[in-house]
Amino acid sequence: MTGELEMEDEGDVAVTVPERWQLRLYVAGMTPKSLTAFANLRRICDEHLEGKYSIEVIDLMVSPQLAKGDQILAIPTLVRRLPEPVKKIIGDLSDTDRVLVGLDIRPLG
Amino acid sequence: MAETTLQEIPVLETFQKCPTGIKGLDEITGGGLPQGRPTLICGGAGCGKTLLAMEFLVRGTTEYDEPGVFISFEEKSEELTKNFASLGFDLNDLVAREKLLLDYVHIERSEIEETGEYDLEGLFIRMGYAIDSIGAKRVAIDTIEALFSGFSNETILRAELRRLFRFLKGKGVTAVITGEQGERTLTRFGLEEYVADCVIFLSHQVVNQIATRRLRIIKYRGSAHGTNEYPFLLDEQGFSVMPISSIGLDHSASSERVSTGIQRLDTMLEGKGYYRGSSILVTGSAGTGKSSLAAHFVDAACRRGERCLYFAFEESRNQIIRNMRSIGLDLGQWVDKGVLEFRNSRPTLYGLEMHLVAMHRAIEEFQPAIVVIDPISNLMSVASEMEVKSMLSRLIDYLKMKEITAFCSALTVGGAAGDRTEEGMSSLMDSWILLQSLEGDGERNRGLYILKSRGMQHSNQVREFCLTDNGAKLQDVYVGPGGVLAGAGRIAQEAREKADALGRSQEIECKQRDLERKKALMEAQIAALRIGFDTEVDELERAISRGKLHREAVARDTLTMGRARAADDTPIPEGNGARNGKGERR
Repeated sequence: MTGELEMEDEGDVAVTVPERWQLRLYVAGMTPKSLTAFANLRRICDEHLEGKYSIEVIDLMVSPQLAKGDQILAIPTLVRRLPEPVKKIIGDLSDTDRVLVGLDIRPLG
Repeated sequence: MAETTLQEIPVLETFQKCPTGIKGLDEITGGGLPQGRPTLICGGAGCGKTLLAMEFLVRGTTEYDEPGVFISFEEKSEELTKNFASLGFDLNDLVAREKLLLDYVHIERSEIEETGEYDLEGLFIRMGYAIDSIGAKRVAIDTIEALFSGFSNETILRAELRRLFRFLKGKGVTAVITGEQGERTLTRFGLEEYVADCVIFLSHQVVNQIATRRLRIIKYRGSAHGTNEYPFLLDEQGFSVMPISSIGLDHSASSERVSTGIQRLDTMLEGKGYYRGSSILVTGSAGTGKSSLAAHFVDAACRRGERCLYFAFEESRNQIIRNMRSIGLDLGQWVDKGVLEFRNSRPTLYGLEMHLVAMHRAIEEFQPAIVVIDPISNLMSVASEMEVKSMLSRLIDYLKMKEITAFCSALTVGGAAGDRTEEGMSSLMDSWILLQSLEGDGERNRGLYILKSRGMQHSNQVREFCLTDNGAKLQDVYVGPGGVLAGAGRIAQEAREKADALGRSQEIECKQRDLERKKALMEAQIAALRIGFDTEVDELERAISRGKLHREAVARDTLTMGRARAADDTPIPEGNGARNGKGERR
């Protein structure tokens, strides 16, 4: 809710933001860090992008060849594929404020 | 991992080495880089780290059939392919044959937001996947320090780096990791802390505007290695290191002799010339004929069919050929026949070590029997005396080891061409010929001395060294009360002596003629006397025979008269009778 409001506050940018958020979370096995990251992501999305997002979880242990495509180094990495431009957020997403900034859901400050 | 353990079992105590295939590097490291372990290559920008890493992989695939993975944090795969095409490495082909895998890892700080805990498992998975997909045995990472600019959490990074090296070891790959030189540390981010096995440092120093690349092995755990700074060369053939410190003094010594190309100089050297494989130094001030002496030596060698390599630091090839034609030597024909090769370069073209490397390579390629360096003193302009000496001693050791006869010329400064060479390297040389200007009578002439020639009874005489249309000639100088005379002075003195000699011989001839005349006169007198004597003898003999005839006639008459008188038939002895007859008659 607040997300939408704040996005509108951004004026022009808010208008161009598409309805669909395509997110991809790269993990390497079901490690505690991966699980924390996934839980944090779900929580943030549910709070700010309810119904407008899709999350794809890629386990590099299973398909290592996918690491090259998105230039994944750190685990876990969250990639915002849509809306453009592509954004990358690394870490277990425990710092909610930074995640919001990173995803352009909320401007810094 | 299992594979590595199996490989390591037969070699107890020591570990195996992974040959790099890079010229010289395997010699310095005693066989290559530590197998299955990471090696750090550090150095400043543009010193050849990436090239060394890439050549390690390329040579690995082409020479040892070990596939390699190149993980680049700096250059994209296409850029790498283009850059290395200029060095003759066809990366595309290797990639197509799955011998090589280029993986460009892109890190853009602005695209990354850090939120909480993370690790670099993604990178590990990626590397592991790349390694497994082609069965790589070698890995190069260029340069891992890019991670430090991509991630802000250094604590995590350092922990992950340590894990990375463990991971690489676990994979059993021989890894080469490059790192940028830091201000006070080997690498900007202290990678040397993590790579404990082997650290190679590359430098690119500029001294007096001349750049020289050098390589040094800072550390090689568990292995002996060369500790010096070794110069290396980057060119179209890739990387070459010169493992040339003084190799030792155990080279063989040939007793074969080679002609100097000048007959009288051979004569001065026991009539046989220099020893094969020895080093010859010719010093002299400007224009004393050092190059001509070299050209004669080369010409004689080519005539015997030996291969000669001529390093010229002053003149171009064509200039030398033209100039030597003026003293009747056609060096061009030997070049055409392929037995003589010139390598001309300005000393300032690159550093001393580079010259050494280039010379080594040229010698390896051409396999000459004779090497001429004309002049070594020019190298002085690019380095200090000590460096030149060290370089020359290495070069000469190398040549001696290969039994190549080295002919070096050196320019001595000013008129004072003493027994001292600039480089102080006469002790390295076996034979030392000094060409000196002999001044006098308003002209300069060339004098040639043999200052030393190890292992032979050489002449201690000075000779005048003349350059004629038919080559160099050695002339005796005039040594007399007026000192040593050469050139016009010598010629004048010779003329004087000739005149004297002529005068003396004329005098002798005159006396001789006198003698002849006297002899003839005397003989004439003898003949006249003999004629007179013969006449007298003749007359006397005639008188005697007349007398005899007369006596016989008288005797006959007496007998006839006696018979007529019917005297006694008593024979009267003829003589007495005749005398008596005569007496009686009287």
